[in-house]
Amino acid sequence: MTVVVGCGAGFSGDRTDAAVPLVDALLRYDAPRALMFETLGERTLAAAQLARLKDSDGGDEPLLEAFLSPVLGECLRNDVAVLGNFGAANPEAARRRVAGLALRAGIDDACIAVIQGDDVREQMYALDWQPWEGERRSLPELKHVVAANVYLGADALVDALSQEAQVVITGRVADPALALAPLRHHHGWAYDDWDRIAAGTLAGHLIECGAQVTGGYFADPGFKDVHDMANLGYPIVEVERDGSLIVTKPLGTGGLVTEQTVKEQLLYEIHDPSAYVTPDVVLDLTSVEIRQVGRDRVSVKGVRGKPAPERLKTTISFLEGYQGEAEISYAGPNALARAKLARDTLRQRLASRCPADMKSRFDLIGVSSVFDGDSSVWRDISDGLSEDIRLRLAVEHAQRAVVELATQELLALYCCGPAGGGGVRRHHTRRLKTASYLVRRDQIKPRVSICQGRSAREQ
Amino acid sequence: MNSELRLLHSYAHARAGDKGERLNVAVFVYDEDNYDWLLRELTEERVEALFSHRGIVRAKRYSMPNIFGVNIVIDDVLQGGVNGSLNLDGHGKTLSGLLLSMPVMPP
Repeated sequence: MTVVVGCGAGFSGDRTDAAVPLVDALLRYDAPRALMFETLGERTLAAAQLARLKDSDGGDEPLLEAFLSPVLGECLRNDVAVLGNFGAANPEAARRRVAGLALRAGIDDACIAVIQGDDVREQMYALDWQPWEGERRSLPELKHVVAANVYLGADALVDALSQEAQVVITGRVADPALALAPLRHHHGWAYDDWDRIAAGTLAGHLIECGAQVTGGYFADPGFKDVHDMANLGYPIVEVERDGSLIVTKPLGTGGLVTEQTVKEQLLYEIHDPSAYVTPDVVLDLTSVEIRQVGRDRVSVKGVRGKPAPERLKTTISFLEGYQGEAEISYAGPNALARAKLARDTLRQRLASRCPADMKSRFDLIGVSSVFDGDSSVWRDISDGLSEDIRLRLAVEHAQRAVVELATQELLALYCCGPAGGGGVRRHHTRRLKTASYLVRRDQIKPRVSICQGRSAREQ
Repeated sequence: MNSELRLLHSYAHARAGDKGERLNVAVFVYDEDNYDWLLRELTEERVEALFSHRGIVRAKRYSMPNIFGVNIVIDDVLQGGVNGSLNLDGHGKTLSGLLLSMPVMPP
């Protein structure tokens, strides 16, 4: 038996019309089918917590209705399970919204599950913390913590599906768990059938970023060409019981599925390829075989699994200081020299006006920005014929007033800077940072709650 | 630049991803026959030199001969990560382009 999973969104800002051709394609399979939405990046959850503080009915995915309304009715009527981490910081609010969408689609008995237990802000003192391997920061003080969420595995989602949930709404779960859960449910894989769990996790990993495996984040004209990027097809995985799988996309959509697109996504956000740690399994990708088996069809097999880890990754978001950004443009003859003069003048002003502990960075956009480090030692770039340069200042400090003073110094370049400076924009934000730790699995208790139809709307 | 040198971009493609302050760039040769050449050219030392202006300490390279690729992992290159960086590109998504700008002797 084959189980088929599609991914309708790979991040919180993704295209909202992508799921329509995907669901059309899923409906053509005579096999168990599921549709996942992955909309929760590392920082998205903290932003959602802040939104919930402002509005107790907010804090779920702001685009939830835009993502789901074009396809929810079709999915519910045709047994396509929908799984998404679009609950973000408020899965119950997301459930009310999904129930409302279902009613609008004429379905008043939709079975909607919510998974909780990822949010550990209330238990922070009780948990046993270790820093994640890439983490240098010590645990932030509780009063600054905005969000603290454990990456849950697929167990609770499988429970929900076995209780006949048609929609499963989560907060933080490991992204691939959204695909692994329906695969485990339909294939009947045991949680400790490690090679199969690794295959299901890999299936989720390959599609969890949406179009990134079907031609998005890929095109490099003349080297890696992608046709019809305005209509990229979103991915589908067809997974066999033995764990072998095929990545494909809906017929008639743009983009492509090739060995190249699959290889790039295979290692995306992976560190040691022999030990990719997820809550459900540790993946070993070193003997994976990737082969084109048809147009827009790539077979992936050979992944191996090792037992799931004893500790689960937990990302903590906290408020720390303020960031200010400001920009000004110089254009036409000698623009680069004027922009550099503006930069050097501004540096001198900030050195005398702002505290020494303010972090700052200067970019000359159009010449040198994203590759440089934060130090003021810029890579050697020849002057060339640059004639449209944007000087960017970015600063950070614990006090908002300091940040505003610094960007105001850039604003003052209108009258005090080199000739012909224009187009100033200033922007100030509270800085929301994240750090990652490991907590003991046995201290985390995922919970499933299931509601049907109108009661889901009124919860 | 030595006139015989070319950019790695002519022979390989790459994708960058981030988790916290850790960056990975996966690099793949277009022509599988060039894989051993890639291992000779794209060494940890040369990656460290290319990113040294961003204050990194070391780069770790994992070989994936099964897919003719390598995975380069660099800690602290993001100078604060997506939420803490002053860089316009706090994720480091553009840094695949920096890696592919490495000068190499053609295979």
